[in-house]
Amino acid sequence: MGFTVGKQGGVTVVDVEGQLIVGNRQELKAKVLEELDGGERKFVIDFSRTGYIDSSGLGVLVSLSKKIREQGGELRLSSLNEDLRTLFELTKLDTLFRIADSREDALEGF
Amino acid sequence: MDSELVLELPSDVRGIEAAVDHVLRRCSECRTHARRLRLNLRVSLTEALSNAMLYGNASDPAKRVRVEVRLSAVAITARVIDEGGGFDPRTVPDPTTPQNICRAGGRGLFLMRELMDEVHYNDRGNCVTLVLRLDQFGEAASA
Repeated sequence: MGFTVGKQGGVTVVDVEGQLIVGNRQELKAKVLEELDGGERKFVIDFSRTGYIDSSGLGVLVSLSKKIREQGGELRLSSLNEDLRTLFELTKLDTLFRIADSREDALEGF
Repeated sequence: MDSELVLELPSDVRGIEAAVDHVLRRCSECRTHARRLRLNLRVSLTEALSNAMLYGNASDPAKRVRVEVRLSAVAITARVIDEGGGFDPRTVPDPTTPQNICRAGGRGLFLMRELMDEVHYNDRGNCVTLVLRLDQFGEAASA
C-alpha cells in the first residue's frame, strides 16, 4: 500500500496502491503538496490499483483539488472501479472532479 | 443460527482495516450479494470505527472502541460503541449540498446512511447501530 509519484508529458501522475483511508491520507496530501510547492500545476491521481477510499480519503481529494485550483492548476482523477464510482456518485463528488475512465483519457488535452 | 462477534479496539485508526477485514471474513457466508459486504458493510463499518476513534474517543489511547456484530438469518447488525460524551447526529449537515460539497469532512455519517438499511444512534450519541438486511434468495457472498 502506498503512493507512487511520476511525470507524464508535464503532468504529475500519482498512483494510489491499495487504499486511501484515514490512516494514510496525510501521506498523499504531503506528496501532492510537495509537487505543488515545487511548481507543478497539472495532476492526475490514478486509482486503477485502488481497492477502497473512505470519507477521509474523499475529503483529502477535495482539499487537494481546492489548493491546486487556488494555484491555477487542475486535479483530475482516473480509473475508478465500480465501487469507487458509487462512492463519488453518492457524495456527488463526481460533479466536483473531472473523472476519466483511464489514465490516458485523463492526460488527453491536459 | 445466530452468532456474535465482539472486538475491543484501541483508539488507533491504523487498526481499522484489519478489524473490518476480520468482520467481513466472518460475514462471508451470509446470504447476500458480495458487493453488499465489500462496499456497503465495509464502508459503513470503517466510517463508524473512524468516527468512534477520532471524534468519539478523540484519539485518546486510554479509551477503547467496542464492536459487537450479530449475524442472523435475516440481517447483519453491527454496534460500534465509543467512550466519548456522544454527539447529536441531527447536527451533521448534508455534505452533498452546494454550500457543503467543497468541505473536506462530514461524509462519514452520510455514507453510512446511504449504504446501510438502518442506522440508529443511542440517546447519548456514543453508540451507532448499523443494520444490513440479508437477501433470503441471495447466494453466500463467498460463493
